[in-house]
Amino acid sequence: MIALIDYKAGNLTSVRKAFGALGAQLFTPERADELASADAIVVPGVGHFAATKTLGPEWIGAILARVGEGRPLLGICLGMQWLFEGSEESPELPGLGLLNGRCYRLPADNVKIPHVGWNSLAFEHRNSIVDDVSDDAQVYFTHSYVAPVTGDTVAVTSHGSPFASIVQRGHVAGVQFHPEKSGDVGLQVLRNFLSMVF
Amino acid sequence: MLSKRIIACLDVRDGQVVKGINFEGLRAAGDPAELARRYNVEGIDELVILDITATLERRRALADTIRAVARELFIPLAVGGGIRTEADAAAAVDAGADKVSLNTAALSNPSLITTLAERYGSQAVLVAIDAKWEGDRAAVYVRSGSTPGHRDAVEWAKEAEDRGAGEILLTSIDRDGTKIGFDCALTAAVSEAVSIPVIASGGAGTLGHFVDVFTVGRADAALAASIFHYAETSVHALKTHLSQRGIPVRL
Repeated sequence: MIALIDYKAGNLTSVRKAFGALGAQLFTPERADELASADAIVVPGVGHFAATKTLGPEWIGAILARVGEGRPLLGICLGMQWLFEGSEESPELPGLGLLNGRCYRLPADNVKIPHVGWNSLAFEHRNSIVDDVSDDAQVYFTHSYVAPVTGDTVAVTSHGSPFASIVQRGHVAGVQFHPEKSGDVGLQVLRNFLSMVF
Repeated sequence: MLSKRIIACLDVRDGQVVKGINFEGLRAAGDPAELARRYNVEGIDELVILDITATLERRRALADTIRAVARELFIPLAVGGGIRTEADAAAAVDAGADKVSLNTAALSNPSLITTLAERYGSQAVLVAIDAKWEGDRAAVYVRSGSTPGHRDAVEWAKEAEDRGAGEILLTSIDRDGTKIGFDCALTAAVSEAVSIPVIASGGAGTLGHFVDVFTVGRADAALAASIFHYAETSVHALKTHLSQRGIPVRL
């Protein structure tokens, strides 16, 4: 079973439904110790980085322990930003620190913020999370903060300036867009994650 | 580059898609899930379900319709019509809506925008503004376009943004259902006044009208109903036309 972390940052129905369409059942753990039996972990979420405060040291410890045992982790939108060291949106809160760098607000350089809508992906390098995703694919975004482009960046998207839209380091992956709302391309990304799990 | 979005609107009454002219004279246009499926195959970027009679008859948006559409679609789905309280919004979200569209209730109780933005995030809160020109001023109308809202559309859009709205769905009552083109002046006035995306609605009749609203009207997205429902043009044909004229779209 795959654990879907609910920290009350938005609605999980769509994520659950999209995984369900691919035949994967997700459970929502109520206590951090339930993660010990999870085959993989999905951290979704929209909204403010401060929402991750709900996931205190106990949850962070349990997630890092399971990832340390080789279990795949997927962060979606705010969940992807949480994989990094932190965010200027809530400077006092630590992220998981699995990826290097801090998240920041996308500059409003002649573009509207928040970044809402379908945008393209420019691949930095290929990794398993983007298997069978074509070079001209577009995906659905809705966010104001972004993660920096680093060596873990799989794809870059530009809205005024470039940011990391897909990241992967080993069995830890993240997507800034919403795969559950990105049509067939999004479902393919979720399918690729499931291939890392089973 | 961010694509301009093409959004199909399903005006639903009693579980059936209907579409009128100037908000009246409704005629049947089909089964919502069936239409949604067709649009998805054609490449629609987003769907809006509006329960058009909900406000007048004080009915809540049809959860069954939302569920039927959300079951098989993995693109953004907004729901509006009759959302007056946090509980109404929660019912729509629980049924599968990604965004709720507030209109009459937002104007009479603006704090509802903030309440919902705090609960679901701004990206989930769409404020719908129905406007009509009165001289050189765009006036807001509510209750399905039947009642003056005593507000200026541009000012109200700015306030909605300040209160936490994630997008503005701007409908021209003058153009709704007329097929003579979007109201580009109205759209540009609102789009330039706010930093959140503006979805233009009302008046689409030709492919060129969409080009106009994305260039002259500075819209971030355009919404249409009848032009798609009666298969006058396909979503794909529209997007190809836009792409050929240098407007970024998802093909």
